[in-house]
Amino acid sequence: MTFSPNLEEKFAKMLAAYPEGRKRSAVVPMLIYAQDETGAITPELIEEVARRCEVAPLQVDEVVGYYSMLHRKPLGKYHVQVCTNISCMLVGGTELYEHAKKKLGIGNKEVTADGQFSVEEVECMGACSWAPAVEINYDFHHFVTPEKLDKLIDGLRKKQ
Amino acid sequence: MPKLLYNEPSPLETKVLSKRFGLDNSESLDVYLANDGFKAFLKARQMTPEQIVEEVKASALRGRGGAGFPTGLKWSFVPRTSPKPKYIVINADESEPGTCKDRLLMEYDPHQLIEGILIAGLAMDAHKGYLYIRGEYRYLIDHMDRAIAEAYSKGYLGRNIAGTEFDFDLYTHSGAGAYECGEETALLDSLEGKRGIPRMKPPFPAVAGAWASPTLLNNVETFSAIPAIIRDGGAAFAALGTPKNGGTRLVCISGHVNKPGVYELPLGYPMLKAIYEVAGGIPGGRRLKAVVPGGSSCPILKAGECDIPMDYDTLAKIGSMLGSGGMVVLDETTDMVKFALRIMRFYAHESCGWCIPCREGTTWLRKILQRFDDGGGRPEDVALLGELSKNMLGRTFCALGDAAAMPTISIVEKFYEDFEKRLAQAMVAV
Amino acid sequence: MAETVQLTINGREIEAEKGKLLIEVARENGIEIPAFCYYEGLSLQAACRMCLVEVEKTPKLQVGCTLPVAAGMVIHTESPTVQQARKGTLEFLLTNHPLDCPVCDKGGECELQDMVFRYGAGESRFTERKLHVPEKQWSPVVFFDAPRCILCYRCVRVCNEGMGVNALGIAERGVRAEIVPNHHDYLECDECGACIDICPVGALTSGIYRYQTRPWEMNHVGTICTHCADGCRTTLGVRNEKIIRGNNRDRSGINGEFLCVKGRYAFDFVEHPERLQSPMLKTGDGFEPVSWSKALEIIGGRFAEFKKAGANFGVIGSNHTTNEENFFLQKFARQGLGTNNIDHHRTGDLATFFDALSGRTDALATVSDLYTAKAIVIVGSDLSQQHPLLANQIRANVRHHGAHVYTLTPGPVREEKLAVFTVRLPGTKQDLEALREKLKTESDVTMVFGGGASQHGMRGFIGMGDSLGIPVKYICLVDYSNSRGAFDMGVIPRDGGMCLEEMLGSTDLDVLWVVGANPLKNATLASEKAFVVVQDLFMTETAKRADIVLPAASAYEKNGTVTNVCGEIQKLKAAIKVMGTKTDLEIMGLIAKEMGLNLGIWLPDKVLDEIRATVHGYNVPLPVITTGGAAPTLPLNGRVAALPGSIASAGDTLFTSGSLSRYSKILNSIIEAPGELYADRATPRPVLPGEVTPA
Ligand SMILES: Cc1cc2nc3c(=O)[nH]c(=O)nc-3n(C[C@H](O)[C@H](O)[C@H](O)COP(=O)(O)O)c2cc1C
Ligand code: SF4
Ligand code: FES
Repeated sequence: MTFSPNLEEKFAKMLAAYPEGRKRSAVVPMLIYAQDETGAITPELIEEVARRCEVAPLQVDEVVGYYSMLHRKPLGKYHVQVCTNISCMLVGGTELYEHAKKKLGIGNKEVTADGQFSVEEVECMGACSWAPAVEINYDFHHFVTPEKLDKLIDGLRKKQ
Repeated sequence: MPKLLYNEPSPLETKVLSKRFGLDNSESLDVYLANDGFKAFLKARQMTPEQIVEEVKASALRGRGGAGFPTGLKWSFVPRTSPKPKYIVINADESEPGTCKDRLLMEYDPHQLIEGILIAGLAMDAHKGYLYIRGEYRYLIDHMDRAIAEAYSKGYLGRNIAGTEFDFDLYTHSGAGAYECGEETALLDSLEGKRGIPRMKPPFPAVAGAWASPTLLNNVETFSAIPAIIRDGGAAFAALGTPKNGGTRLVCISGHVNKPGVYELPLGYPMLKAIYEVAGGIPGGRRLKAVVPGGSSCPILKAGECDIPMDYDTLAKIGSMLGSGGMVVLDETTDMVKFALRIMRFYAHESCGWCIPCREGTTWLRKILQRFDDGGGRPEDVALLGELSKNMLGRTFCALGDAAAMPTISIVEKFYEDFEKRLAQAMVAV
Repeated sequence: MAETVQLTINGREIEAEKGKLLIEVARENGIEIPAFCYYEGLSLQAACRMCLVEVEKTPKLQVGCTLPVAAGMVIHTESPTVQQARKGTLEFLLTNHPLDCPVCDKGGECELQDMVFRYGAGESRFTERKLHVPEKQWSPVVFFDAPRCILCYRCVRVCNEGMGVNALGIAERGVRAEIVPNHHDYLECDECGACIDICPVGALTSGIYRYQTRPWEMNHVGTICTHCADGCRTTLGVRNEKIIRGNNRDRSGINGEFLCVKGRYAFDFVEHPERLQSPMLKTGDGFEPVSWSKALEIIGGRFAEFKKAGANFGVIGSNHTTNEENFFLQKFARQGLGTNNIDHHRTGDLATFFDALSGRTDALATVSDLYTAKAIVIVGSDLSQQHPLLANQIRANVRHHGAHVYTLTPGPVREEKLAVFTVRLPGTKQDLEALREKLKTESDVTMVFGGGASQHGMRGFIGMGDSLGIPVKYICLVDYSNSRGAFDMGVIPRDGGMCLEEMLGSTDLDVLWVVGANPLKNATLASEKAFVVVQDLFMTETAKRADIVLPAASAYEKNGTVTNVCGEIQKLKAAIKVMGTKTDLEIMGLIAKEMGLNLGIWLPDKVLDEIRATVHGYNVPLPVITTGGAAPTLPLNGRVAALPGSIASAGDTLFTSGSLSRYSKILNSIIEAPGELYADRATPRPVLPGEVTPA
């Protein structure tokens, strides 16, 4: 497999960052960056990462299921992650999450029929003092209300 | 990059680590240099490694990651004369519920962090550092990469830093979603490309950490405090706080307050003052019910227990912890069954699965609480929740098991009536 | 001598080696600290938390499996707190574990069941729903039932550390964490089944054994595996004359718990439908069954006639039959038939080996030497494929003692990954010089010579070893379960006899008698007139050429002794009886009787007495072998004359063993079979330079 030139450059840098003979260290970052580009972690990608990091595919496979941000199935183009952990929950996170599901018509970790959106109830993502928080792909949104979320989603819908 | 203003600062803050936060382009190296930046590094350059460590000891700085271990002491454990390479690892996994401060330190003042890391490098004779940032903070990884690139380009990283003989390389490393990877040894396994499973101790990371080499591992905030300590002296930093609890820390106030936010307060700051004055009190004039003093892992405090100074020792004395600085305020409307359930859902989701009590215990507790919240509670459940938590407490491989048990025990013991109320409601419904 | 310390466990003063793990110290002193994840010889996990103990002056319970003992420790392993902790942990463990012991395959020998019985609470307070995951089949021999798994990681460790195969890992996390095979949903490995054996519960089960029986319904017969030359002891579980499983859980014998795929599963050839169960007489265009008395009468009669006529006899023995049988056969040939034309398929150059050592008995290494040697040199063998036990010993040695491994092989081998020095044969003079220089720095060495070694000068290596000035021991590899015994018993063409090829090639051979071998597999018999008698389990290529075929018993059906690759003698014990067959010894005895020969009593023990009295170095102490032990033999007696004939390793892999494997359904059903030598499946494909970042 090859990736975009940017990503290839990133991978080359990544592999050079760790001490001699420790390419395995790149497994987790490589998986997550590759997933961002390919959409999901396929057996083929596992083999590829294993090859590049000089480990057995099993050692990569073990990692994939462990980390909650790594997915074997593609998510929506926009992955809406709603935090419902304590700080968010106290100020409406749970309701926001329910609202997101209703708005998109999908359940947790499901993808809309057009493949544009997916939603996930996530654990604390480090936005407690500006709760409730939503992260869409890698963009944080703070003090989110259902109305604000509707606007965000509608905006993204239009963008495509 | 456009600056996100997270929350208004408070006039009650003591700004040491966050003093540059409001400046335009505070993340740029030039602004940093114009505002005391790298003075400490140049000073440290004139000191022996032992002197640096002594200065850190004198500051009474305690680890800001959660455990509150005296930082100077930890620094003294790394065998700096070991023939193996030594590494500096920075814990930016920030995933303790209620905690959101490392984000700001990296976003607003990345070079303060870099300078702290470099000083640690001098003290440890280490020449490589790895900044382990949780995967959700991708924008911060990119942000730190830019700051690192800037530091390289201006000679503050790489060869002959700031014209000295000292070389240091710093890399970012992305996590991918795992609370357990904040635990220092699980973090190291993750850094090595494995599942984030905690390691047996001893050996401690100081002796055999990353790639089996001596490793100094501290939290972002801990490293960020180093420049001020070296620049102004350990004693000055210590004097800001209380004995054995030096300096200031970034307190993340969230939950039921009018002005939630991250505020820099000296150690020993009165908790009620933080809630009612710094954070503007509770909305609607409602009454305080409880406080999570330092992240979800800490035993919860009843309103009546909150008239205390916030330092490690005081909280330990009353059976809780200062933790990671994540202070969650709960008003009288909070349903503690729901609250306990949400905490346990978190730990059950995040348990790495290595050891039996945590793996099975968290899930069982979660199921009981879920059933309780769904209206299927039984009178014996409350005692069971406490007993099962105690069967985990102190018996798990790492502290995650304790982190799940402690709040649960405190909630069922201190808020028994919330459970009884739900039981009564369930009875009526039947 | 290691420093010792005094400590107190449960009120008892105990002296122990400083720093030794508490769980081990306790066990040595008869104090049981329960554990799932702790496993002797494997790395520490501290994951199950069953071993928690109370140590005075420490606030928290301490982990017994990782706690080094120190002077003055006061430990309680049965205090109320400790007992309560165990109960709590077991209660946790049972929350997601199915409670259907009566239908679980492990019932009756489950460590969890035992543990709950001894330490658990009477009832569980768990009333929630259990997680359910369907059972999976990973290979024909390995099944995995995730809910039963307690995540002790024994299987993962035995596969990684013990076998060096790394076929098992862990997927997902938390309560969903689950053992996974290397291909995510199927296994490709050595199929050794060590993971199944080591599993304390019914999570990993054997496709061969599962749901066939209950452990207490079987007889357990300890005998020796009949496949390769390593001589692993195996305990066969037998019910109603059927072997149901093989393992060595009691760790008796030279192999401890180790068994390879053949030892653990490939006993099923004994019940193959093509197994001969009646003597067969050649008719015009085929064979017809005849009675034993008829067959023996014909053979006895013909042999006697031929002998009288001074006919040309050829006798071929076996490297699977017992020492007693081989001894009796050569005696029969030499004394009874008056011929020196006796040989067997020789798979290692023992004659050169013994000659080069010329009587130095201290230079013969045993299987256990490979576990203790400081340095091991492997020449010309794919050890993991051809000698699984020896390879296992070396891995354990590296793991536990940090032994240095040197490999000189014609292709990649698994041992290379452990090696400090590797040479790809044929190698150069400089390679050998470099080897010698390196070996000089070792304190002792064991050299192992495989099939590739004779071409590369076993004598040369022995010369090099002897010149090092340090203790050096040697092993000459041979292929089959009694290859070594066949040689030692004299089933070789000494004193001018014809070798195997000469017998097959001779056009005027009158009689060919083949006992347990298949020399015509890839060859023809030149003598068309020869009267051929074959004793075998199956209608092999050789049997098809016979005039009479006699159905023989396999090694699992007889008593006697065999000598392994290192010259260690061990006892076989009959586990079952297959209708219609006789042991080769009995067949030979009966033929002798028909011929009116007096070759002595043909009972295994009596023949063994004779062997002990007459074969050099075989005067082994009987108590050692009768109690299931292995006794080293020392067949060296000065110089050994060269023998005619060729020597060739059969080239068997981990998944083959000559003709026997052809009749093992199990071996033939697994995807890895037949495998190949020097292919090293376990190594991930190496990354070629430049491949990392495509240009
Ligand atoms: C389950 C668990 C999660 C943790 N998560 C974090 C974290 O996200 N960030 C952090 O800095 N420390 C975390 N810690 C604490 C670290 O193990 C470690 O004590 C800390 O990073 C050391 O740095 P310090 O001395 O500067 O606090 C966690 C500990 C545990 C047991
Ligand atoms: S307490 Fe045990 S299962 Fe839980 S996170 Fe730590 S090691 Fe993993
Ligand atoms: S045996 Fe000690 S934790 Fe399992």
